[in-house]
Amino acid sequence: MSARTPITNFFQTRGWSLHPHQSDMLERKDLPALLLIAPTGGGKTLAGFLPTLVECADGHDGLHTLYISPLKALANDIRRNLQTPIEESDLPIRVEDRTGDTSYAKRQRQRADPPQILLTTPESLALMISYPDAARTFAGLQRVIVDEIHALADSKRGDQLMLCLSRLQTLAPGLRRVGLSATVDDPSVIAHYLARHPDPCPILHADPGPPPDISVLETEEAPPWAGAGGRYAIPAVLEQVRKHNTTLIFHNTRAQAEIFFHNLWLANEDALPIGIHHGALAKEARLKVEQAMVAGQLKAIVATGSLDLGIDWGDVDLVIQIGAPKKVKSLVQRIGRANHRYNAPSKALLVPANRFEVVECHAALEAVRAGELDGDLRLDGPRDVLCQHIACVACAGDFEADGLYAEIKSVGPYSTLSRAAFDDCLDFVATGGYALRAYDRYQRLKERTPGIWGLRDPRAARQIRMNLGTIIDTDKLKVRFKGRGGAPLGEIEEGFASTLSAGDTFLMGGQIVRYESMRELTVEVSPRPDKEPRIATYVGYKWTTSVHLAQRIQHMLHEMRFDALPGHTREWLELQAKVSTLPEPGRLLVEQFPRDGRHHVVVYGFAGINAHQTLALLITKGMEENGLDPLGFVSNDYATLIWGLQPVGDIRPYLQATGVRAALDRWLQGNAVMKRAFRNAAVIAGLIERNYPGKRSTGRQAAFSSDILYDTLHRYDPDHLMLRITEEEAMRGHIDFGRLELLMQTVGDRIDQVKLSRVTPLAAPMFLERGIVPIKGRAEGKLLQAEAEKLMAEAGLSLE
Amino acid sequence: MRNVHSFSFAGARLTARPSGALHWGDRNLLVVSDLHLGKSERIARRNGPLLPPYEVQDTLRQLQKDILETGAAHVVCLGDSFDDLAAAQALGEDHRAWILRLMTGRRWTWITGNHDPGAPGLPGDTVDVLTLDALTFCHIATDLDRAEVSGHYHPKAAIQLRGRAISRPCFLRDSRRLILPAYGTYTGGLRTQDRALADLMGAGARAILAGQPMVEIPMPR
Repeated sequence: MSARTPITNFFQTRGWSLHPHQSDMLERKDLPALLLIAPTGGGKTLAGFLPTLVECADGHDGLHTLYISPLKALANDIRRNLQTPIEESDLPIRVEDRTGDTSYAKRQRQRADPPQILLTTPESLALMISYPDAARTFAGLQRVIVDEIHALADSKRGDQLMLCLSRLQTLAPGLRRVGLSATVDDPSVIAHYLARHPDPCPILHADPGPPPDISVLETEEAPPWAGAGGRYAIPAVLEQVRKHNTTLIFHNTRAQAEIFFHNLWLANEDALPIGIHHGALAKEARLKVEQAMVAGQLKAIVATGSLDLGIDWGDVDLVIQIGAPKKVKSLVQRIGRANHRYNAPSKALLVPANRFEVVECHAALEAVRAGELDGDLRLDGPRDVLCQHIACVACAGDFEADGLYAEIKSVGPYSTLSRAAFDDCLDFVATGGYALRAYDRYQRLKERTPGIWGLRDPRAARQIRMNLGTIIDTDKLKVRFKGRGGAPLGEIEEGFASTLSAGDTFLMGGQIVRYESMRELTVEVSPRPDKEPRIATYVGYKWTTSVHLAQRIQHMLHEMRFDALPGHTREWLELQAKVSTLPEPGRLLVEQFPRDGRHHVVVYGFAGINAHQTLALLITKGMEENGLDPLGFVSNDYATLIWGLQPVGDIRPYLQATGVRAALDRWLQGNAVMKRAFRNAAVIAGLIERNYPGKRSTGRQAAFSSDILYDTLHRYDPDHLMLRITEEEAMRGHIDFGRLELLMQTVGDRIDQVKLSRVTPLAAPMFLERGIVPIKGRAEGKLLQAEAEKLMAEAGLSLE
Repeated sequence: MRNVHSFSFAGARLTARPSGALHWGDRNLLVVSDLHLGKSERIARRNGPLLPPYEVQDTLRQLQKDILETGAAHVVCLGDSFDDLAAAQALGEDHRAWILRLMTGRRWTWITGNHDPGAPGLPGDTVDVLTLDALTFCHIATDLDRAEVSGHYHPKAAIQLRGRAISRPCFLRDSRRLILPAYGTYTGGLRTQDRALADLMGAGARAILAGQPMVEIPMPR
């Protein structure tokens, strides 16, 4: 085949040969769908693009291949890496990207004159599909490459992407799909996700390569009982940075990355060039670090998820993970980053941030050695995403309901969707779906002729487009230096910004800055290197451990398999065994102690965060009924921590294995867990508009809270689709009745209740957990009254 | 005990209610502000989201409850009773009948707001300003040297309890001004720290939090 020559030449001149899976990809390029499973660094991305390079070698008019990745940074990286073979083989192929960072002018030009290869994200693809000229843009499209599909398949972003692919398939019937995935437990689940149903999606396996070289970093200083940032390990980390060419230092949250980076610089006596990269930084700052990294100017980068996934950063030879890796799968994928030579093992060091994490890290290593990956995939597509997709399709023009339903049924996660469920969503988008038909005049969609639907008012498309996407960010405010044309630094959450007063300091992009003022939607700051920073509370990634890992840890603790653990951690666990007891499989450990004027209960279920959250709801409901004034709870995969104004006494009456569902029904309805689930689903489905700059009203007409909509629906329209979706979402992501019932049946009355005068070693890390759920009960009123009296007295005001 | 909060303002004995209504016992007068009836209709009309269309009935249900509990002889709506003029005109027949029922047997005053010019097509007096004894009722607070009861700003106050923040609609009062929270179901709030409110209220101003329990605190600034 003549077309292969330039590519083959490119490989030959470099003394390279194709990996077997790369030539397999070329041979099977005509299949309608194909999934490649390969380790990071296995030339996976090139394998995905090879058929495109071959097919375009003699020129192709218009868009040939759409490449979709979950991260903007990945698109930048791929473009750089594709440019070399294309230029050196002199191929007539243009590669461009289109993301949220792409300018308006460039987007317009791309619509008129598309490149052969377009790199984009699921959100940008949804936007492109919503334009009336989508049919023309995508008419000649030949291939779609979905990179890191294992990461997308876990999320609503993936569900949205697969819906968009079904649309593309209609616009370009000859379209072929390729999915690129890291190693996963069950590839057939991902193949089902990617396939155009009912057609199958064959799977291609690359050589998995040598096992990764992972160990726990030994430090002279012992980690704290309950720290989160790994600050104690800085000297040892710097030592490693010195010894390696390039080191990536990963954190689980942005806030931790910021603090660590700050302290790293304070200790960096040799002034080693070290940068920071995370999603809350301004685009300029991110690009600068990426370029410095590619140019080999940095010895290390402190990063979070924004740099995650299979980015090829050249000469990285060490990955350091600060804080326990919450999912074994992510750990292995992150480590794939280092040492990208295909046949050399990748090297990584884990740095536990506290003593519990020492145990977690060792359990994770055991799991990696046992080849046990984790992560469950959902196969029932969420309906809030479907509602958004219907609105998105309507923006592009009128559609036929039957045709759209057939299209959606070809999507893996929606392949079992019933017509009635689809019609509910269509009705929601068209009329709001209320029992009270109030919007006849203002329906969003109109049925023009039987079965044909379209926007009542085409101007509504603008609003729909601005609300596309499935990532729910808390509202963010831009941060920049005060003064004319002050440099942008990044973003902080509005909630955090509202707690700042003039003079407060916080960390942003590794610098300490001082809050000066708020101008419109921008926070103005000045540099203040001399002060101690307050901590910026980014939400960033919400990590959860897998249930697998939790259970592995429970066994480790109970069997006292501490040989692999360092001395300080053994001592810490032995202290736990002495002052309280170690958790045992088949039994339930419950600790009770006062702290800080509150009474605390910790229940160690090792049953996953959702089951623990449900358990906490059950216990706090009982507490409220018995007048024990619960205030809130927080859960992780190992345990739940509950606090209130009164001690609980005997825990047994609160742990009844039967009737959990019925008991929780009403209590759950009013709980913050459900209200959060409602808000997220309502934003995605289009019931609540996202706040975006320019639109957000300042001052008096401020938007009212989504809780009001939730309460109103419950009172007047309890069967409404949004409430049903909220319940489905809660069961999916927050509440797990089944697992809790199983736990309580297994445990029976084998409950070890320990009352103590202070917090125990094992409970200490619970106080660092994020995602506190407040209880809006009587206790809140009591605290409010006490606080009000105190404030009035301090201000010298009397109650009259 | 009933959970309300009583205080004196310009010589009048007033009671703030958890719903955000104000009751003047001596005149048996009930005051509510910023009902914003028809908000969901207005948002839909402007191509916004189709919100649950139940806020008119929810707001009227609450108003009926306050009227029944106080047995008010005179109701004053302090402006922005409707989200806009078109929303007032689009009021459903059943809701109109409900309002007429509430109006029966009592005096009713619509103060004009910046969103609405009163209540077109409904009985009752429509005025810009109402003065009763020492108190002046108007929509937006003025600089005039008089004891004013007004609305417009939708004030809300936040209070930090250890580990959590509670934010609620609130009444604001100093020696000359009393500002009511928004009464309508679909209304947001303006934080008391906002310059518009901080500049308006004098030193020693207080905030009375609506909801349960009602508490009074120094106005957060």
